[in-house]
This record gives sequence, structure tokens and C-alpha cells, in this order.
Amino acid sequence: MAFISSGYNPDKPMENRITDIGPRKYDEFYPEVIKKNKGKWSHHEILEPGVLVHVAESGDEIYTVRVGGARLMSTTHINEICEIADKHCDGHLRFTTRNNIEFMVDSKDKVEPLKNDLKSRKFAGGSFKFPIGGTGAGVTNIVHTQGWIHCHTPATDASGTVKATMDELFADFQDQRLPAQLRVSMACCLNMCGAVHCSDIAILGYHRKPPMIDHEYLDKLCEIPLAVSACPTAAIKPAKVTLEDGTEVKSVDVKNERCMFCGNCYTMCPSLPLADTEGDGIVLMAGGKVSNRISDPKFSKVVVAFLPNEMPRWPSMTDAIHKMVNAYSNGANKYERLGDWADRIGWEKFFEVCELDFTHHLIDDFRQQAYMSWRQSTQFKF
Amino acid sequence: MAKHETPFLDQLESGPWPSFVSDLKQQAEVRAKNEAGVEFQIPVDCVEDLLGVVELSYKHGRTHWKHGGIVGVFGYGGGVIGRYCDQPKLFPGVEHFHTMRVAQPCGKYYTTDYLRSLTKLWDLRGSGITNMHGATGDIIFLGTTTPQLEEVFYELTHNLNQDLGGSGSNLRTPADCLGSSRCEYACYDSNALCHFLTNEYQDELHRPAFPYKFKFKFDACPNGCVASIARSDMSFIGTWKDDIKIDQDAVAKYIANDEAYPANAGAFRGSRDWGPFDINKEVINLCPTKCMWMEGDELKIDNSNCTRCMHCINTMPRALKIGDERGLSILVGAKAPILDGAQMGSLLVPFVEVNPDDDYAAITEIIESIWDWWMEEGKNRERLGELIMRQGFQKLLEVTGIEAQPQHVAYPRTNPYIFWKEDEVEGGWERDVVEYRKHHLR
Repeated sequence: MAFISSGYNPDKPMENRITDIGPRKYDEFYPEVIKKNKGKWSHHEILEPGVLVHVAESGDEIYTVRVGGARLMSTTHINEICEIADKHCDGHLRFTTRNNIEFMVDSKDKVEPLKNDLKSRKFAGGSFKFPIGGTGAGVTNIVHTQGWIHCHTPATDASGTVKATMDELFADFQDQRLPAQLRVSMACCLNMCGAVHCSDIAILGYHRKPPMIDHEYLDKLCEIPLAVSACPTAAIKPAKVTLEDGTEVKSVDVKNERCMFCGNCYTMCPSLPLADTEGDGIVLMAGGKVSNRISDPKFSKVVVAFLPNEMPRWPSMTDAIHKMVNAYSNGANKYERLGDWADRIGWEKFFEVCELDFTHHLIDDFRQQAYMSWRQSTQFKF
Repeated sequence: MAKHETPFLDQLESGPWPSFVSDLKQQAEVRAKNEAGVEFQIPVDCVEDLLGVVELSYKHGRTHWKHGGIVGVFGYGGGVIGRYCDQPKLFPGVEHFHTMRVAQPCGKYYTTDYLRSLTKLWDLRGSGITNMHGATGDIIFLGTTTPQLEEVFYELTHNLNQDLGGSGSNLRTPADCLGSSRCEYACYDSNALCHFLTNEYQDELHRPAFPYKFKFKFDACPNGCVASIARSDMSFIGTWKDDIKIDQDAVAKYIANDEAYPANAGAFRGSRDWGPFDINKEVINLCPTKCMWMEGDELKIDNSNCTRCMHCINTMPRALKIGDERGLSILVGAKAPILDGAQMGSLLVPFVEVNPDDDYAAITEIIESIWDWWMEEGKNRERLGELIMRQGFQKLLEVTGIEAQPQHVAYPRTNPYIFWKEDEVEGGWERDVVEYRKHHLR
């Protein structure tokens, strides 16, 4: 493959350099009906799961068909999305904040042909390319992180756990039978690029072993002060170590009992790897939300302290999620989010109806806020 | 014939949900066939090797990517994340496989022309694998080699009028909901504000000068579709000050279970029958402040006690509309749990007008006063929320010049350990012990 220059001259990097121009302006990409009616929308309606109509004060309508998708997406797949948008939507589309794709048309008669086209497209392996759904009182797409596809600190995979979970919850992606919306999120280590800490159900990758120390190479590859200061719990300190051959090297010492398994040290220093087949796995959290509707936004709570990585489909994880969704669906009132339901029935009942074990790991012992979660009352259920 | 056997990943091709494995395989095949005659600038089989390395992770239960390494484009400190495979001999196509973050358009609307120009560029100069979109909001280009970074950047800026996004200790690429472009709940134009601030602060976005990452997110109403209250150091959430507008005829239609007026705009149209809509059960009794009631056939709202939670509006969107005196609330300090535990955004500015005519001066003034403080006082890798915890919410009020208001707290402090300042106490702290002893013998 011959190198093709873009025009960039490495000897004169500043020549004709363009910087700080930001993203493309949003309104270049608005469909016509959006441009015309922006700020003047009257109301909207979900006609069926995955299909919405927005009605403007002018009487104009825009119909949206929402489809799920893996956020990990090839250019081939994006080109196919473009082909569909050209065919049905005058070359416009949008993505939602939860990795769904929205195809919009300006009249009702264009909806059925669009839906039929979307439904007909499948990958060679048999899965839908563009499943319609993800609206209203159901499960929408999972926001997630990179996992084993592209990250150095994950404790599990992201795309695989998401695929397994969405296969399990697929009926609820295409239905609206739940008491309220149910948001599932996934982050593959506790640094939470995906900030899953306020989700109805959160899947979180977690390491359980402190870093190994590659003493022989550490000082050659790492700035020791950076590795030391990267540790959030001050578990790492500089140390002199004698190797087997008698040479003394500069390295670090890790106080294992202080390690919270975040991998920040590994980010700073490649000689501190912590991934481990048995040590790594899944934490499940539940009951968070970000909406201000009815009740305040709230954090998710840890409800399963650890499940092993069971490649490729994580059956223990999907089983626990399935149990939670069913118990919630059966028990919650209309409009009640999962966390509001658990608060109302009490978390002691939550574990009972979800058939989940309560273990000592689930009692908070991290810093001062732990106290806030202990029961300071004689009101509890047997 | 696939380059690597992938028995684990193959099991993720079945089931109804779109399979990333099937997509990667189709991409590998498209590259191998190369019917478009692309002069690939990185190894043609990189996607095969990506499948191979992920399969190995499925076998081992461990990642095979190394930590970053310093790569980037000249003059920027963000937008590129270095990535190297730890089995380069087995998977040479992904030995160097860096990520580029491309700033997404606000509202995430696209034309196919534009998307195709991105895919064409990425097919030529990268793996053709993307995230649409990354967790912060950017378009993510996943996988290219170091020499291609400047080339991609040059083409983006020269041919596509498009810049990179943020990474590292920068302002991260701001993200917004679709706002008033297609939503009747929007209290401000989130696309316009997000776009303006993204451009206003390009320097902060590209050149790391902060103690740590800093995120803006823009939710145009309290429903919070971009989760700004949980996920951004500064969260801009639309709100209003005056009365919810009521259309009593539409209220009557909801009560009458008119088909064109479904509860919650049709969000419950599914396989379960919840029975007929009951305004008392579903709206009035669920109002968190109990500020609604029926007087005969008329719905009444005591707006002075409304906290704008959106429930009644969400449930009867044709009958109830947000007020007209609109603006936004600013909440600060949200972050994921690392390190001191998760923090939700705390209310700093209950209401500020959103005024594009003066370049949102009331908002930028607050942003910049916060940054001045955080850049001066923040420790390395200390998020704004942690600085507020360390130095106190009162300090935040002081640096932003905002008066304390009861809206700032859920409830007042439960301890009396007030750190009075000397100038708050009459006469100050300098006293004469000799004079004191005249009246109080030792």
C-alpha cells in the first residue's frame, strides 16, 4: 500500500494548519421539517413501540422510527444506514444519546415502507440489523464502554455483555409493558467511562486482585512518582527491591489491603498489570435514575457483589438481570421507576422478590457516606 | 475464510439484538474483497486481527490492549488516545490501533453526505470501525496507526470542516439532548448553547490546562435525557419560572380516555393493559408536592408549590405545557464514583436566562469563575465535585459571587460547627487579654 498524503507536510506542521474549528454546526444537518418547526413543537405521541410522531404548532408532522444498534459500528454498517436514509428520509437521520438510530419521515404514508425495510435487514449471523423499539415504558439501548475491544483496564467485555443482555431483554425493547422506562448501562471497570452509577440496572466490570509488580522493568518503563500519585487510596509507595540475580532496582510496594482495584496505576505504569481470569468479573447495581420526574435523581445500589466472567454469554449475569426486571414488572406501580419501587417495598423485600442473595459485601464500608446507608430505625420488614 | 478461528465470538452472532461480531465480520470481508478499490493506509486485515484479539480475550478473560502511550496531533493535547496490542506478533494488523475522537454535531443529526465523507476517510486511513457514539458523545474512530493521525486531522479540518474532540485533562466534548429541535418540553435551545460553548472554549478543549477532565452536558428539561445531573461537572438543565399552561379541553379528553390523548403520550402502548386512564391515580396523587387538584371539570395547579418534576406534563403532554418564562438551572460537581464515591450535581444557580444575543454572558461568567478557582486550587486529578467537597459549598458561592439561598440545600446543616470568619463577628478576633483579666481573675 502506497502512502497517500492528505497534503500535510510533516516538515512544516504549522503550514496551512487549521485548528479549533469545533464540530459541524447542528443546523446544517436538520431535516427540513425540523428546520422549519424548531422551537414550535406542540406535542408528540408514541404510536407503537419505536414509532413516534411529533406535531408542530404549524400542523407539520415528523414521524420517527427508532432502531437499536451496537454502538460499535463498521463503516459498512454506517453506509447501509445512509442508504436507508437516502431511500426513505431525504438523506437525514440522527442518533440518540443511548446509541439508537432515528430515521425520520415527514408523512405517515412513508412510515410503513420504512419499517418494512428496516425489519427485513439481518446480519449473516441471523440478528436484526435495525430492530425497531426503544421507546416509552420499556427497555431502551444500553449505553456502554469499550471493554476488550479497545481498552487497557477493563475487567470484562462491554460489547459481549451488552449483546447477551439485550438478547435477554429483547422483548422489552420492542414492547412497552413495564411500569416505567428501564435504563440499563454498562461500564467495564470502576472508572466508569460510561458513568453507570445512576441507572435502573448497571452492569459493571470489576477487578478483585491488586496489581502484579513487574520489578525488573518498572523503573525503565514508568515514572515512579506518577504511579505513586495515581493511586486514589495511597496504597503505592516507592521501594528498593533486590532481584533474584542480586541487582537492586527502584520499584514500588503495593499495600494490597488498601487497593480498590481501579487500575489507575496501570494507566500510569504498564509494569503494574491487574487483569486476572478468576479475579475479574461483574458487579450488578440497581435502582438509580437521572430524571427529576416524581422523585429526585438517585444513585444505583450494588445488588450483586460479584459474578464471574462467563464468556461468551454471561448466563449468571443475564439470569440475575432477568429476575430483577420480572420482579419489577410484576411489583411496581404504573409510572414507578425500579429504584422508587425498591424504596417503597424496602430493599429487604427487593432481595426476596428478585431472588438475590444479600451478602456482607453489600453493606457500605467506603468512607463517611457509608453510615448514611445503614438502617437508623426500628422500621423494617421481616 | 476467516484469518482467525473465533468459536467464542461466533456464539454472539445468534439472538435478535444486532451482533457486533457479525458487523465486524462483514467489515473484514468488505476490506478483503475491496470492491471499492480503496488504497488502505493501514493493514487491510486489521479487522480480522481485531476479531482475533477479542477472541483471545474471550478465551483468557483478560484484555490484550496495552495502556495508552503518548500520541496525538501537533499542538493538541487531546482527541487521540494511543492504543497498542500486547500480542503484536499474533495480530500485527492491530499492533498500533489508536483512537481518534471526532467532535459530534449537537443533537447528533446527520446528513448521509456528511456521514459518507467520514466513512470514506476512515476506510482509507483507519480500520473502518467506529463507535456511534462514545460515552461522552464524540464520534469515535477506532483504530489507526501513528503516521495516519496527522493525515486524518488534516483531512478533517481541511476537507470536512471538522475538528477533534477532547480527552485528557481538558474540557471534554460537550454533549446535549436534541432540545427544541424536536421536543416540546425544551426550555431552551440546547443545540445552540452546546455548540456556542464548544466553540467558545476550543482552547480548553484541545490543550490540557485543567487539573483533570471537565464535562458540560445540556438537558433542555428536567427529564434529563443526557443524564447531565449525574455525568457532568457542570450540568445545564432547562426550567421555567411561571405557570404550567393548561388546556382544559385537552384535560377533559384525557379524562374521557380519548384515543388521540393517550396517557404519557403513548409510552404504555404495549402488551399490558393498565386499564383506563385515571387522572387522580396517575397524575394528581403522584404529584410530589401535591399541588394539583380538580375543581369540577377543571384541573388546578398551585404553581408556587410546583417543583417542575415534569410528571404531569409527561403524562398529559397535550393538556399541559411548560411555562413561558424559561431558562436553565446550573448544577455542579457530578461525577462517577471514583474516587470519593459518586456525586450528583448540586444546585448552584437556580435560574439563569439563556440569552444568545449577549453570547450567553450570564452563563460564561459563572463557568469562568469556577474554572479560575478550580485551576488555582484543584489538585492533580481532582474533579470539581471533589474540590467542592474539600473546600466547601460556601467557598463555591464565594468564588462565583452567588448569594446563599435555601434552594441550595435539601435541608440545612445538622451540626452547628460553623466556621465563622473574623469579619463576620463583631469586633474581630484580636482581643486584649489584660483587659479581660481585669474582670476574670486567673
